[in-house]
Amino acid sequence: MKLLVCISNVPDTTTKIKLAPDSGSVDLSGVQWIINPWDELALTRAVELKEIPDNPVNSVIVASVGTSETDATLRKALAIGADKAYRIDGKAPDAWYVANQLAEVINMEKPDVVFTGVESSDFNGSAVGGMLAELVEMNSVSSVSSFNIDNGQAILTREMDGGQEQISSALPILVVVQKGIAIEPRIPAMRGIMMARQKPLEVLPAKEVQAHLSTHSYELPRPKAACKLVDPEKPGELITLLHTEAKVI
Amino acid sequence: MNTLIYCEIKDGKFKKSSFELISFATSLPGIEHPIVCFTGEAEQSEVDQLSVYGAVKAIRIHLHDTTCFQEAAVASALAELSGQVHANLMILPHSSQGKAIAPRLAIKMKAAYLPAASGFEVSDGFLLFRKKVYSGKAESFLSMTTERKVLTLTGNSFGILPGGVQSPVPVEEFRPAQESKFENKLVSSKKSEGKILLSDAEVVVSAGRGMKSPDNWKPVEELAELLGAATACSRPVSDEGWRPHSEHVGQTGKIVAPNLYIALGISGAIQHIAGISSSKVIVAVNKDPEAPIFQVADYGIVGDLQDILPKLVEGVRELKQNN
Repeated sequence: MKLLVCISNVPDTTTKIKLAPDSGSVDLSGVQWIINPWDELALTRAVELKEIPDNPVNSVIVASVGTSETDATLRKALAIGADKAYRIDGKAPDAWYVANQLAEVINMEKPDVVFTGVESSDFNGSAVGGMLAELVEMNSVSSVSSFNIDNGQAILTREMDGGQEQISSALPILVVVQKGIAIEPRIPAMRGIMMARQKPLEVLPAKEVQAHLSTHSYELPRPKAACKLVDPEKPGELITLLHTEAKVI
Repeated sequence: MNTLIYCEIKDGKFKKSSFELISFATSLPGIEHPIVCFTGEAEQSEVDQLSVYGAVKAIRIHLHDTTCFQEAAVASALAELSGQVHANLMILPHSSQGKAIAPRLAIKMKAAYLPAASGFEVSDGFLLFRKKVYSGKAESFLSMTTERKVLTLTGNSFGILPGGVQSPVPVEEFRPAQESKFENKLVSSKKSEGKILLSDAEVVVSAGRGMKSPDNWKPVEELAELLGAATACSRPVSDEGWRPHSEHVGQTGKIVAPNLYIALGISGAIQHIAGISSSKVIVAVNKDPEAPIFQVADYGIVGDLQDILPKLVEGVRELKQNN
């Protein structure tokens, strides 16, 4: 059984965002790049599934759309425990472009399970998973917080507004995963890092795809007015302010 | 432009996001009478309420399988319906269901998909949609290059516009011809304990490591109950298992945008701020005056939660009794 984890290469979550002088793009110079946090959890779960004795999973593949700067992130994914990595050589303008590139990998590798993180921490779209599933005509379940394979079926938990559902589905399936799918992202061990150097990282040419979205400009959040401090001896004043001034309670 | 809006129903009532979606749609240039569609049951009076914001017609979609939410089936039904009513624009809420349906729907409709819009602007004749990026650390202005469009709207971002007069909204029935070939079987389901959903809450009371122990949460819950608020927490608190993961607010947890966010004993790491920055009013209580949470807070108290929190609970109790 083959698992595919789709990976987005994103700025570290502590990055302070700066804009280019014309506000037409984000200045990403000097940014530390990481595996998108939800993709990292998905990868951790995929590797765990492979390690469970007698589980029919025999390979974990990762795929990402990006330029050569993405290779370091993919090497890290290999160090965590993926067996093979694909990089589709292109600069992603939108989710439509990314989904089309990843669809090629699915058509080629025919994985039994495809994992995508709920969103990327840069574009926050939550779009690639569903688009990809529809492009390759695969079943999908979103908001997945636990995933197992039992008797050739996917057994998973979906977080809904106001509750949880236990679902069983036939394979192949694409799951859009969120927090909970793995307890903590796995940190690569020295042995894993050494082994990653020997593992295949294949670069595929990007398919020509016209972007559907075009970014005109960016804005940074306006600085907020100074915080109004209330005397700690009189917390009741805070309640009065929230009631009469902010009118939120 | 013919526009279809997908509205969500909970316990027989349209979710508040529905009014915001219709307000947003009717504000867009060239859209006057959007059609609303929904799945599930709602009384006629509930549907009529949508006219206040500009809906003139509603379509009830009868799905083949109603045992559990099937995103592929809903997307397929909506695509079929959009063809029938010649809708070029489809708007959904950026909720857990909406964001599952919309990307599949966009592919089926051969439309561009813009997720999580928070507003729009017309600039030099171009329709630009606002969208938060980098987890709220920046905002982008995007245009869609195709004629057909699917977009989701972030809750509590655009606002509900004051409405007009209520009038009857005729409801048509729609039964999709195509059956989805995918099936996910519901094994079991369980409702979460909190009465108010974090994603829907207008007030959120959130607490962090400054609470010192999971045993100290009682006043947090009391304050939330008095305010009709949902409870939330910071990442270390959910990682420690003091509170469930579903309460974790921040970049990798839930992104919230309530009218009031109260942060108790939360220092305000950049990832936490990213999850709350769209809140209308932020209140912080923390013993450290240098805590970064005070840089984004509108109101704050520097002091010990052990003393202050019970007094806040009392203050709110009095306010509620007097009003």
